[in-house]
Amino acid sequence: MMKRIAWTAPLMFAAVMATPAWAQKGETVKIAWIDPLSGLMAPVGSNQLKSFQFFAEQFSKTNPAGVKFEVIGIDNKLSPAESLNALKAAMDQGVRYITQGNGSSVAGALIDAVNKHNERNPGKEIVFLNHSAVDPDFTNSKCSYWHFRYDADTSMKMEAMTTYMKDRQDIKKVYLLNQNYSHGHQVAKFAKENLSRKRPDIQIVGEDLHPLAQVRDFAPYIAKIKASGADSVITGNWGSDLALLVKAANEGGYNGKFFTYYTGVTGTPTALGQGGDGRVFQISYQHYNMGGQMDKWQAEFKKRFNDDFYTGSVIHIFSSLGEAMAKAKSTDPVKVAAALHGLKYQSFSGEVEMRKLDHQLQQTLYLTVWTKTDKQHPYSPENTGMTLKPVKTFEPYISSTPTSCQMKAPA
Amino acid sequence: MEFVIISTLNGLSYGLLLFMLSSGLTLIFSMMGVLNFAHASFYMLGAYGGYTLSGLIGFWPALVLAPLITGALGAAFERASLRKVHVYGHVPELLVTFGLSYIVLELVQLIWGRVAVEFQPPALLQGPMFTLIHHPVEGLSWVWGAAGALCTDSSAGAVVCSPFPATRGFVMLTALAMMGSLWWVLARTRTGLIIQAALTHPEMVEALGHNVPRIFMLVFGLGTGLAGLAGVIGGSTFVTEPAMAATVGSVIFVVVVVGGMGSLAGAFLASLLIGLIQTYAVAVDASVLDLLEALGMTLSAAARENSIIKLTVSQVAPILPYLLLVLILIFRPKGLLGTREG
Repeated sequence: MMKRIAWTAPLMFAAVMATPAWAQKGETVKIAWIDPLSGLMAPVGSNQLKSFQFFAEQFSKTNPAGVKFEVIGIDNKLSPAESLNALKAAMDQGVRYITQGNGSSVAGALIDAVNKHNERNPGKEIVFLNHSAVDPDFTNSKCSYWHFRYDADTSMKMEAMTTYMKDRQDIKKVYLLNQNYSHGHQVAKFAKENLSRKRPDIQIVGEDLHPLAQVRDFAPYIAKIKASGADSVITGNWGSDLALLVKAANEGGYNGKFFTYYTGVTGTPTALGQGGDGRVFQISYQHYNMGGQMDKWQAEFKKRFNDDFYTGSVIHIFSSLGEAMAKAKSTDPVKVAAALHGLKYQSFSGEVEMRKLDHQLQQTLYLTVWTKTDKQHPYSPENTGMTLKPVKTFEPYISSTPTSCQMKAPA
Repeated sequence: MEFVIISTLNGLSYGLLLFMLSSGLTLIFSMMGVLNFAHASFYMLGAYGGYTLSGLIGFWPALVLAPLITGALGAAFERASLRKVHVYGHVPELLVTFGLSYIVLELVQLIWGRVAVEFQPPALLQGPMFTLIHHPVEGLSWVWGAAGALCTDSSAGAVVCSPFPATRGFVMLTALAMMGSLWWVLARTRTGLIIQAALTHPEMVEALGHNVPRIFMLVFGLGTGLAGLAGVIGGSTFVTEPAMAATVGSVIFVVVVVGGMGSLAGAFLASLLIGLIQTYAVAVDASVLDLLEALGMTLSAAARENSIIKLTVSQVAPILPYLLLVLILIFRPKGLLGTREG
């Protein structure tokens, strides 16, 4: 890989001259954040933009490369078309690193655009740091050398979630409710595959796909879930689609279990409130009571913004950029991408690895349950008096899933 | 059984909310011949106004005051703008209301932001209105409010409780009360008689010495005020955010067209119909494939995998009202209870 890049050195001459080796110290690295700041998903977007800005500030002080990070937020209205315009705008501002995560539909469009751009504009490459889009295709059939995923994809999360569900004998009938786009389809598909492999006796009593960020009233879905007799619901819903779902579940008196990806995300803790104790589960690569430096960051974030920090991949991203830029002794995206490729580093959940095969971060996953705070688990999102308490931890070697990616390194 | 009851009530409450909106729209249309594109914007203004006022003076006073303010704004818009363009015909009128909807949207985003606001219903409306209890032995019964201990499982098996939220009950009550008073005003008062007369024979009414433009303004204010009332209730029951006008706006046009332009009874019927369709469609998992198979057709494996044939009714639920609109326009262009053609 490094060799191939070395061959292209003459092509990159200009870029290399602009960023001479050893001299990355003190440079400013601009990262364009392309996510929703309007519409139903805006609360999630603005929380994450704050997270990026907060950690840009933190990591500018401490990163081993000695660079300054700057985050430029661009509203994409959760639309793939708007995101491509945002990408253009970012490139015009000389940005070489972009990050996005809300909506695999958007991420897919951005990966395509970045691939094409990098192919046509050698010397002006862009690196896509995916913080939360979890469609497994991005690190399998559609994998790209320029895309790095810091969240855990649906194949990993569903593997872990169903490993836990396997041992719960009280789960007999499962309902799948998901958003009607790539992410929701993948959640439903992997849930069915995993359950039929691990617990063939579990019945899938219903399956629904609803429009993304459009539904205001989930009461009809709750009535349907109740009528199906399901004791558990698996959902990859996020933002308002999860908050309004659990709100309708509370109002409609549904008391089955929820297996979710994003219980800790804006809106849902408030919608759950004291309800759902011990019945709502989340599979994620972090939780609210990680301890150590993470607790201090969370506390400071809450103090400053009166909001909860839940996108741990932001930390993964800044840590890895710092390491990779120090290793590459440059902020040039081509060199940094080469350094990120296979990078092993320490993050808040222990050692993580940006797997060479597919650029999927290999990391620990936690299955947590919504319950009252206690001494060991004091952090309460949205001041609900409740928290997400870990019930099972999946080390990277367990949470890892195989990939079919045939990564093409740049010629 | 409780599924049918709860779903029907959900559908009816949504339908009645639509009626609160479409009644004003259809009144304005029948009077001025103008389709008010900004009608849903007044719904949104009502919701945001109600949100701000309920923070200052509490929910109940806001429920009265916000629709009054919305209605006053509507009347002022009619007086200052719509009346001026009226002389140029219907298209400029349409364009003015169209432009207004954009201005309101941008203003709302400037004042209240692009993010949904936290518009909570008052404590009185936060619990369930009543709870259906399905007991394995005693069968179906119901109690007012929350059922509490009655919902814990008995020795005979699981007790299923289905609460019906008070906010939705309140939507229904308000809409029915509004419908009653609207009927009373239109049919039983002198003002109502003049309004009805002005609907069909404005020149005659004017010749009798009534101020017809002022009646227009009143009706416009009344219609937008009703939209504002629906906004306060709808905003606190569902979500108050800048896209709420666009979401509901297209549906109320469907209601007005399906019911018959200018027909209040038609709007009522169409509102309930669409409310029920939207609620029940979600529950139906049948697809064209199932239909064909039920008819005894055998399909090839490739046809079975066809993504369009496999679409279930619940997946296409959001487009059903528009499908209904197209069908009505083809087969009964005057609408269900409309009187004029086309």
